[in-house]
Amino acid sequence: MTDRLHTFHGGIHPEEHKTLSTTHPIAQAPIPARLIVPVRQHIGEPARPCVSIGEKVRKGQIIAQADGYVSLPAHAPTSGIVTAIAPHPVPHPSGLSDLCIHIEPDGQDIWIEHSASDYQSMHPSTLRNLLRDMGIAGLGGAVFPTFAKLNPGKAVKIPTLLLNGGECEPWITCDDMVMRERADDILRGAAIMRHLLQSDEILVGIEDNKPQAIAAMRTAAQQSDIPVRIISIPTLYPSGGAKQLIKIITGREVPSGGRSTDIGVATFNVGTALAVHRAVNLGEPMVSRVVTVTGNVGQAQNFDVMIGTPMQDLIALTGLPPEPVSGVIMGGPMMGIKITDLHAPAVKATNCILVKSGTMFPSPPPAMECIRCTRCAEVCPAELQPQALYWFARSKHFDKAREYALFDCIECGCCSYVCPSHIPLVQYYRFAKSEIAATEANERASNLARQRHDARTARLEREARERAERLAQKSAAKPAGDEAKQAAIDAAIARAQTQKTTSE
Amino acid sequence: MQSSPYVLAPNSVSRIMFTVLLALLPAIAVQIWLFGPAILISLAIATISALGFEAFVLNLRERPIWPAISDGSAILTAWLLTLSIPSIAPWWLTVTGIFFAIVIAKHLYGGLGNNVFNPAMVGYAALIVSFPVPMTQWAAPDSLAHHYLDGIDAIHYIFNHRLPDGWSLDAISSATPLDTLRTQLKLHHSVSMIRQMPMFGQLAGRGSEMVALAYLAGGLFLFTKRIISWHIPLAMLGALALVSGIFWLIDPQYYASPLFELVAGGSLLGAFFIATDPVSAATTPHGKLIYGAGIGILVYLIREFGAYPDGVAFGVLLMNIAVPLIDAWTQPAPYGHKKDAA
Repeated sequence: MTDRLHTFHGGIHPEEHKTLSTTHPIAQAPIPARLIVPVRQHIGEPARPCVSIGEKVRKGQIIAQADGYVSLPAHAPTSGIVTAIAPHPVPHPSGLSDLCIHIEPDGQDIWIEHSASDYQSMHPSTLRNLLRDMGIAGLGGAVFPTFAKLNPGKAVKIPTLLLNGGECEPWITCDDMVMRERADDILRGAAIMRHLLQSDEILVGIEDNKPQAIAAMRTAAQQSDIPVRIISIPTLYPSGGAKQLIKIITGREVPSGGRSTDIGVATFNVGTALAVHRAVNLGEPMVSRVVTVTGNVGQAQNFDVMIGTPMQDLIALTGLPPEPVSGVIMGGPMMGIKITDLHAPAVKATNCILVKSGTMFPSPPPAMECIRCTRCAEVCPAELQPQALYWFARSKHFDKAREYALFDCIECGCCSYVCPSHIPLVQYYRFAKSEIAATEANERASNLARQRHDARTARLEREARERAERLAQKSAAKPAGDEAKQAAIDAAIARAQTQKTTSE
Repeated sequence: MQSSPYVLAPNSVSRIMFTVLLALLPAIAVQIWLFGPAILISLAIATISALGFEAFVLNLRERPIWPAISDGSAILTAWLLTLSIPSIAPWWLTVTGIFFAIVIAKHLYGGLGNNVFNPAMVGYAALIVSFPVPMTQWAAPDSLAHHYLDGIDAIHYIFNHRLPDGWSLDAISSATPLDTLRTQLKLHHSVSMIRQMPMFGQLAGRGSEMVALAYLAGGLFLFTKRIISWHIPLAMLGALALVSGIFWLIDPQYYASPLFELVAGGSLLGAFFIATDPVSAATTPHGKLIYGAGIGILVYLIREFGAYPDGVAFGVLLMNIAVPLIDAWTQPAPYGHKKDAA
């Protein structure tokens, strides 16, 4: 394969605002007064708490066990005392609370015993279990358990390991800074991933608005003894979307409903590779991550943040906001989620905390009618017809929406961004998706109920039949019984007559 | 509750509409220069009556008036209709056309974004069917007219149907080149003989060909501004050139050249400003090509074999009907659905 790049359909060029947070190196965020560690920070089953209130924990200690195959444990981000195991606001679109383990740090930051592993000599499944025990999840935003993605399964090998350094969302720079400062370690992690996937090559795709990251990664690649190619890709949102990056670099498309491994590509965020390196080569579980704190803040910067640090503590590190704060987003302006309670902690999925002001993020003008201009279709990286999906979602023609590939929508926001009528298109798609999911859940439930009902009816019928058969059998045996009965009756009559005669 | 994305590109419906209006200005300027100021009076009548009808209907529909009035769409409809009919049309003709465009074609179908048919072309169609005579009395270019119709004269004519003493209507008006070509061909004159008449210029009609080229310039401006895509104009003009080219090759003395067909009548105005009206056009890339090509073919067939001198309005309206079918049949394969991709 050559370095000839391909293009994905559409895409947009929103204002980047990235240089604000790259003027300073990554700083270590201090240990906060209280850490809030949610048991559900990954895709899959939530972890089950395995510590008790009042218990002393050390940094890196498992405080909640993985529960089920697609699940990850949670670790104590520092040493301290468990003060509560209770619901707490978490960063989630719903704004609801979730079960969290509350830790009061003792300030000592004492590690549990931990050591490096020689992954070359480890059995692949042992190495995957190690990554699972270390709580490694994808840091690009989806937080899927990494160990599960590092299993080539029946394919035996995944030819291409693709590291995603696209970071196409405006404002966010955590991957950029990690690549600038920790390029060697990223490639050490990539080597471990390659070992598990038996990949022929490692490709790293980085948007060309990050020249320093590209240079640092190229230097690291030259010094590395594994086959790595650093590929500079044109800056175009959402080139950092896994499907779009795969298209840019390989020219191929992940089949709808399939996985990238179907076309021989495994994709990981560069930060995930760094976490894998630390887990295996240093024995450190995922207790921290790099977070960009930017927007309407005193000095935007990236911080190495303990998982569970309240967001307001991180915002406080950046000094006074120059303008009145109008809200906070976790993630970027295109796909981030609104944070309603700043007590919510930074979690494994927190790549950016974006503080808004009314002037930086003016509220959208009122939505007008769709004029079918199809600017949305021109920019849609999933090559959908967003205007058609909008009509179907609005009129609740969910079957048509699904027929028009609603579920291939990656919710990147390009359509809403360009819409001259300012229609919140992505909101309509989320609504349609959740309605369809709810309908399907209902259908599943009613199917189950129907099956149960049918099974019960069948059982009752069977029982009635069996009873009838038994009765039939009995009546078949009746003649003999009747004779006996008759005899008994005759005997009784005889006895009675005898008595009668005697009394007279 | 608002969810992502939290940023919007600096764009709006009114920005689109006013950019299209801006793109019409060169053609209007050329028309004033070559045909006199009458067009300005007609544009004013059309604009005021369009806004009036728009406000009236919105009031009836109990909808907010200002957002719709200020989005520019009613003004654009008004201008497009005015530029499609004679600039010296009597005021009531313009107002009647605007009524059909705004009230019938736009609001009875649900207002902006919901109209199945191009409002300006509905207005045009209503006028050409109902009032064919004033619809054929076009201002003659100043270079051919016997008198110069200045602003005051134009106001008198448009509002009172009165010309200065001693002027005849023929002194200031003429039929369109397409009309003339059609009637002259029926008299068994050849195309090359007809084209010698003073009303014809280098490409099509004297004067009107310059206006048409100004529409082309405005259309290219809209293309560079990404307000229109190339699909519909190219498909429409390409199909028109292709079909007219075939007939022209068969008999150049009976059929005008493709270049003439492209520049004459409403071809360029239609291709860049009318067929590209997004609300009533096809939406998929392939659909836009089919839609545009269909209009191009219909324009030629109506011009050559139909009852009307120009075919843009009916071509557009007929293809408007086909849009839902075209869209449904031309859905592109999304990412990950292509057969050869994986």
